Amino acid sequence: MPDLLLELFSEEIPARMQAKAADDLRRMVTDKLVAEGLVYEGAKAFATPRRLALTVHGIPVRQPDLKTERRGPKIGAPDAAVQGFLKATGLKSLDEAKVQKDAKGDFYIALIEKPGRPAIDVIAEILPVIIRTFPWPKSMRWGARSAKSGSLTWVRPLHAITATFGLETEEPDVVKFSVDGIEAGQTTYGHRFMAPGAIPVRRFEDYEAKLKAAKVILDPQARKDIILDDAKELAFAQGLELVEDQVLLDEVSGLVEWPVVMMGSFEKEFLSIPDEVIRATIRNNQKCFVVKDPKTGKLTNKFVLTANIEAPDGGKTIVAGNERVIRPRLSDAKFFYETDLKTKLEARLPKFEQIVFHEKLGTQAERIKRIERLAAEIAPLVGADVEKTRRAARLAKADLLTEVVGEFPELQGLMGKYYALAQGEDVSVATASEEHWKPQGPTDRVPTDPVSIAVALADKLDTLAGFWAIDEKPTGSKDPYALRRAALGVIRLIIENTLRLPVLNTAKSALLGLSTKADAEAVPNDLLAFFADRLKVQLRDQGARHDLVDAVFSLGGQDDLLLVVRRVEALGKFLDSDDGKNLLAGTKRASNILAIEEKRDKRTFDGAPDAALYRLDEEKALAKAIDQVKSEASTAVAKEDFAAAMSAMAKLRPAVDAFFDKVKVNDDDPKVRENRLKLLNEIRAATRAVADFSRIEG
Amino acid sequence: MDALPDHMRPERSFQGFILALQHFWAEQGCVILQPYDMEMGAGTFHPATTLRALGPKPWNAAYVQPSRRPKDGRYGENPNRLQHYYQFQVIMKPSPPNLQELYLKSLAAIGIDSAVHDIRFVEDDWESPTLGAWGLGWECWCDGMEVSQFTYFQQVAGVECAPVAGELTYGLERLAMYVQGVDRVYDLNFNGREGAEKVTYGDVFLQAEQEYSRHNFEVADTAMLFEQFRMAEDACRKYLAAGWREGGNTKEHLMALPAYDQCIKASHVFNLLDARGVISVTERQSYIARVRELAKACGEAWIHTETGRAV
Repeated sequence: MPDLLLELFSEEIPARMQAKAADDLRRMVTDKLVAEGLVYEGAKAFATPRRLALTVHGIPVRQPDLKTERRGPKIGAPDAAVQGFLKATGLKSLDEAKVQKDAKGDFYIALIEKPGRPAIDVIAEILPVIIRTFPWPKSMRWGARSAKSGSLTWVRPLHAITATFGLETEEPDVVKFSVDGIEAGQTTYGHRFMAPGAIPVRRFEDYEAKLKAAKVILDPQARKDIILDDAKELAFAQGLELVEDQVLLDEVSGLVEWPVVMMGSFEKEFLSIPDEVIRATIRNNQKCFVVKDPKTGKLTNKFVLTANIEAPDGGKTIVAGNERVIRPRLSDAKFFYETDLKTKLEARLPKFEQIVFHEKLGTQAERIKRIERLAAEIAPLVGADVEKTRRAARLAKADLLTEVVGEFPELQGLMGKYYALAQGEDVSVATASEEHWKPQGPTDRVPTDPVSIAVALADKLDTLAGFWAIDEKPTGSKDPYALRRAALGVIRLIIENTLRLPVLNTAKSALLGLSTKADAEAVPNDLLAFFADRLKVQLRDQGARHDLVDAVFSLGGQDDLLLVVRRVEALGKFLDSDDGKNLLAGTKRASNILAIEEKRDKRTFDGAPDAALYRLDEEKALAKAIDQVKSEASTAVAKEDFAAAMSAMAKLRPAVDAFFDKVKVNDDDPKVRENRLKLLNEIRAATRAVADFSRIEG
Repeated sequence: MDALPDHMRPERSFQGFILALQHFWAEQGCVILQPYDMEMGAGTFHPATTLRALGPKPWNAAYVQPSRRPKDGRYGENPNRLQHYYQFQVIMKPSPPNLQELYLKSLAAIGIDSAVHDIRFVEDDWESPTLGAWGLGWECWCDGMEVSQFTYFQQVAGVECAPVAGELTYGLERLAMYVQGVDRVYDLNFNGREGAEKVTYGDVFLQAEQEYSRHNFEVADTAMLFEQFRMAEDACRKYLAAGWREGGNTKEHLMALPAYDQCIKASHVFNLLDARGVISVTERQSYIARVRELAKACGEAWIHTETGRAV
């Protein structure tokens, strides 16, 4: 079966857009082919800075024929109806129609056979539409045609389209179409500088090979492999090690059609700048990799660049040029770093009074004061030194006003640590500058130093309480202040450090620090519900049952997230056992019966059952078991030994099973009935020592 | 190029470098203009770009424009930052299909051979909030250094470009430093002569950088500047209002250029105030918006002038 080759040749496509564009092209073309009944065997798309390319192989030569029946008017219908039918179906006369009988009489039926069209014609219709509606993040107009409305837009000017269709063994046909004056053909172009000439192409195989001969490597993955392998080897040859960087590799591979990897160096004196600053400078500004000494793990004065040409001088000019550009950049970075070191962190703080954090939540200075107060309150609860915590909280954001962070925002926190250490701060205080931003997401490292923990919690809780107070909560996909991430951060800080922190009280305290007045009960409770939601998501992601989280939270007053998780874990294990499953079934049965009877009698059956009304041994046995289990379970819960509480619950099971086996709840004697319902209520009450079983699924 | 005397070669002298670019773009049919006689932050502000980019009539021009960036003053102490430097600006409307090739040839004309140097087009979306303008294009890199901006204007002064103009901006000092192989802008050979006859960029501009840095950061009269901003804004609006002529089905404007001068003026005065540090973060946005409103009103006027309107 024939193959399709498509290439869209343009001016330089932004590197960050190439991968998605290739994928979009493949998806849009193949979806359309399938919708047109052209089921293909395989497709692959590619991107370079100057082209998007697609190969689809195994496309049928023609669409399958389509047979449809169309029902017409009744026999003897007015002529207008008959004429309309003939016109709509393309029949010459009624002789060509069939007659079909049904309950209402005889009807004309037209059998319409729509022969499948040649695939190449269908493709010629599909492609211009796809090109005109291609989903570039930003597209533009250009040239003389842009004077008219409706002119083609593309990511950058589109120059040529190659589109061929045909069998491997034959000369393929050009898919004939044009878009805004660009005729599809079978001519592409090689490397911009090394082989700019026109190249006639037939099909994907010779296309890819001819491009390679014309110094264009079509496959982005192949370019990445070359860059990474060559870069590693260049470093290795000097006894050094490449600092790998996937994001940079992706970008660099989108900036070249013919990667040529070379090594340059800079003056050793720049190694006095922190490694991260050197790396950010060279990476962000020059898109080059840095290299480290495997023995010390420190950067060396080398960098790896990726050029787009093989130069006749072996790249000497290019390397020298890059070195000349990197030198003033590093010189600037060194100047920024050394300038920063001249100002103590606390001397920067007054400037925060001019910087608004959020118009309803005051200045950064006010926020820092709130964080300091809250962190000092949290400190004893997490085993942190209060004075160190205060100092850490005061200085933690100061590096936002430094030159280096102004230049490289991704170094916030880290620079604060360097500057704090340089001015002789305690190691914990300095570390908190970097660590209090963490964890940034579900996989980011969680700080373990108590001072960092206290400041990190205070920072996040202040953010959450603040935005809750001004009612700027996340909705749907909108979470502009990353509040979900902040809540997850709090959860992970608490759980992974096994901290005991009453979240509700801490949130209330955070609210008190705000100048905005918020409902001191409703807001913290709503915030706690948000934590419950985030915890559910977190546990579900780890494979735990989210209904168990509900079962624990619905007990009320559960603001100790660590205990919630422990309860959930113990509950999960218990429910995996036979005892657990049966007790859950028994409890649910009790709850169901109660629900029905409560509805019927329009009352609840609270209160202790009367021992004098027990008629059967099973009732007495259950009452006794409940008393015993209640006291054992609550003792265990008080000791936070949830496994023991669950074991105690297990003892309830035989009594519950026997009760349902032998005892009829709805006894004819209303007093006995009421007493038995009260006993059922006691089962429910007893299990609430560990969780609300009615919220558990299954 | 072989006919050129040594001291005029682009790799030998700054003035030779500029002349080579002018010569090249003249050969491409561009009108070679002289700098606009007002202070402005970038060559884009020149009415030959801002206003001429609008409307359907073809327009190809190239010129040097001194760019004033009061905040970038470094008292002559930084090797490559200046509060006054030169941009070379090319505008071609409609953008020709081979504009990239023309650009690469222009590099060859100033001694940058794309067989030996690594030339790259790296994504750069251009936007000027003060001009109400945006376009797509690239930073052009030579061996890792940004040497030009390449933009296809999509909108200028709030008006859609139809057709689109292509704009090239060369940072002349930076490029010349690269070509001459010097690391300090003041060491550029300005006239291409040697020995006693040699004039450097420093000879021409170092004192100016020192004096203007003092002026921009320490002394510029802020009360006067605030007043000048207000006056320029008022004058711009007054000239715009006075320029409209309406009759029957026609609506035309007779004074877009003088009005636009006042917009340029307001923009530069704002930059000076900003350098003096007397404009707060929130005020900054509102000043930018005020200049943008002037630019948009001028753009609207321009497309109703003889040169700016459809035939």
